[in-house]
Amino acid sequence: MKRALERHLNILEFTLASLLRRKAKNLSLLAMYLLVIFILASLQFFVTALKREAAIILSDAPDMVVQRLVAGRQDLVPARYAAEIANIRGVTAVRPRLWGYYYDALNGANYTIIANDDPAIGPERVSIGAGVAKARNLAVGDLLPLISYDKAPVMLEISTIFPSNSDLIAADMIIISPGDFRQLFNFPSGQATDLAVMVRNPKELPTVAAKIAGQFPDSRPILKNEIQRTYQSIFDWRGGMTLIILASALFSFIIFAWDKAAGLSAEERKEIGILKSIGWETSDVLLLKFWEGAVISLTAFLVGTVLAYGHVFFLSAPLFAQALKGWSVVYPRFQLVPVVDVYQLAVLFFLTVVPYTTATIIPCWRAATIDPDAAMRY
Amino acid sequence: MRRSVQFLLFTAVSLTLFLLLPLHARHAQQHSGSQIAQLRRLQLTDLCLATEARYTRHPALADHHAPFQEHPLALEHFPSGSLILPSLPESDKP
Amino acid sequence: MIELSGITKSFNSGKPNQFTAVDNVTLTVNNQQITVFKGPSGSGKTSLLSMIGCMARPTSGRIFLHGVAAAVPFQQEGVDSVEITSLPERFLNQIRRSTFGFIFQQFNLVKGISVLENVMLPAYPTGEGQALFRARALALLEQFNIARLAGQRVELLSGGELQRVAIARALINNPSIIIADEPTAHLDSKLSQEFMAIVGRLKGEGKSVLIASHDPIVFDSPLIDALVEMRDGAVVASRSSR
Ligand SMILES: Nc1ncnc2c1ncn2[C@@H]1O[C@H](COP(=O)(O)OP(=O)(O)OP(=O)(O)O)[C@@H](O)[C@H]1O
Ligand SMILES: [Mg+2]
Repeated sequence: MKRALERHLNILEFTLASLLRRKAKNLSLLAMYLLVIFILASLQFFVTALKREAAIILSDAPDMVVQRLVAGRQDLVPARYAAEIANIRGVTAVRPRLWGYYYDALNGANYTIIANDDPAIGPERVSIGAGVAKARNLAVGDLLPLISYDKAPVMLEISTIFPSNSDLIAADMIIISPGDFRQLFNFPSGQATDLAVMVRNPKELPTVAAKIAGQFPDSRPILKNEIQRTYQSIFDWRGGMTLIILASALFSFIIFAWDKAAGLSAEERKEIGILKSIGWETSDVLLLKFWEGAVISLTAFLVGTVLAYGHVFFLSAPLFAQALKGWSVVYPRFQLVPVVDVYQLAVLFFLTVVPYTTATIIPCWRAATIDPDAAMRY
Repeated sequence: MRRSVQFLLFTAVSLTLFLLLPLHARHAQQHSGSQIAQLRRLQLTDLCLATEARYTRHPALADHHAPFQEHPLALEHFPSGSLILPSLPESDKP
Repeated sequence: MIELSGITKSFNSGKPNQFTAVDNVTLTVNNQQITVFKGPSGSGKTSLLSMIGCMARPTSGRIFLHGVAAAVPFQQEGVDSVEITSLPERFLNQIRRSTFGFIFQQFNLVKGISVLENVMLPAYPTGEGQALFRARALALLEQFNIARLAGQRVELLSGGELQRVAIARALINNPSIIIADEPTAHLDSKLSQEFMAIVGRLKGEGKSVLIASHDPIVFDSPLIDALVEMRDGAVVASRSSR
């Protein structure tokens, strides 16, 4: 037992000495390997965490949203739709919603404005997201000046600024009372942006949706699970896009690694012969080669993954910010709640560490099985 | 200390960190349930990721194609899009 | 004592280019002596030595090792010899590591790593604690006056220094038999004489030394105890100086 351990330590010792011989080459290989794993793992952490956040938000979403289309474009919904939908069997509640976008000419930002008759807001009071507060340099108690569609200024007192840990939901949000909303946008009364419909039994959702579509041919019911599906594919698509860009990097890395690992030079072949001739067994040589692959790939995998975790969950993924930010003026700080998908990490492990280590060992197999006396004939 | 022992210690430390990741994540998830009630009552459906694109910041859904068509590098779903470039804001023009 | 009986080594047997490198050699090599194998190129010296050193198996014949078998775990009680040609690979390797030390014509040192690491190399897979064989390696370097080169990479050494590193490496596992194949082929006469002096010292320490050579400095040396002359794979003359 102790001897077996010592044998491993000794052979590992020689592996490290022999890797250090080509220090520049092996360090750059390690750095490149580490970078690839770092980026892949970051991406994976990021997307998994975003999916989780989206799923949590969606769990509060209404069972169904009903929009009205005019010539194929979304339009305002008359209040009578709400009353009639409420009468459909199985529908428990219909809530007309008022929301829209406000373009801030001062800094080019787009805010999302939602009307809510929360008593905490009340007329001429407003709750805003941290992103809006930062873009306009505002604090609680300040006045938020908005310009209405009548070109009249609307002054609203800020009662709440949502803390930045809710940025992913509320960074660009302005919540005002329905009265202020209608005044701001000159919004026709008796109309809503869309309707949020709650249904008693989720199994009845398709039936209710069909009834609504039949009753109002210009309406478009959107089910919660359709929204869920769309979000999943957006994240998969965005993640996939980055992957395509990465694929080229990954590919060149694979070629590099393959060349490094598979091309057994005459020098290395001779070295294996020497080791055999001075008493190393085939299994000792293969152990040496195993460590040679494992030292690099295991280090890259472990360190790369841990760094990626820190990058995404402690530093809010600064490397991805540019890709996701696009032209946004209000950009949330991603304080993602960490999620680790063990299965995906295992896949990453089997796609990186295992092939590299194997590619290091396999070409040595033949060289390691030569007769020890071959070294006498160099 | 021997180089091999140093290496094994380093690997043990990084392996420990690695194995702590899922534990840390679970811990963080359990202590993150503080979503603001006022926001939950809004029954939102989306995240505030990129505020400029209507499909990423739409309390319902824009339309079926919108999420996939606006990126300059996107593979275009509609033939006309491959002929016309997205226009730049006045300030960004060379 | 090493006892060879009817050792034959054929290459490519059964094929048209079949070649018998060692032909029916029967021979006894005594312990704690210097035995030199002499003969023209291609006479089968290297082939014979590699069979004695458990590196290759003979096509036929048997090799017995007497009095050197302490390292073999399966040794029967009361029997002080092993027949090595029939042993499985694993045991052969074990015997080779513990009983034989090899010095090659080209020295066969590993480039890029230090002198000390080169010397320790045969000890790595034995599972011995590093502290032990490291101390032994340093003592060997000290003994050969190359201790100051311990951290040096081997590419930078002179021929004589390389030679001494190679000898130190052959001794690291405390073998009782040293096998040297053309050890002086790359050395000038002064270094060759120095080599013979070292070999004499090793004999004094109780080791057996087997040398293949066609260098007169080696086979005419007063230090050697036995000379075996080979031609075309066969032993043509064998004489003992004592
Ligand atoms: N693997 C092999 N396959 C075929 N022939 C071989 C092989 N190894 C050695 N031989 C042949 O066996 C013969 C004896 O070789 P060996 O190396 O033992 O001679 P040697 O006495 O050591 O010669 P030298 O003094 O030149 O080193 C040579 O003719 C050589 O060509
Ligand atoms: Mg020879």
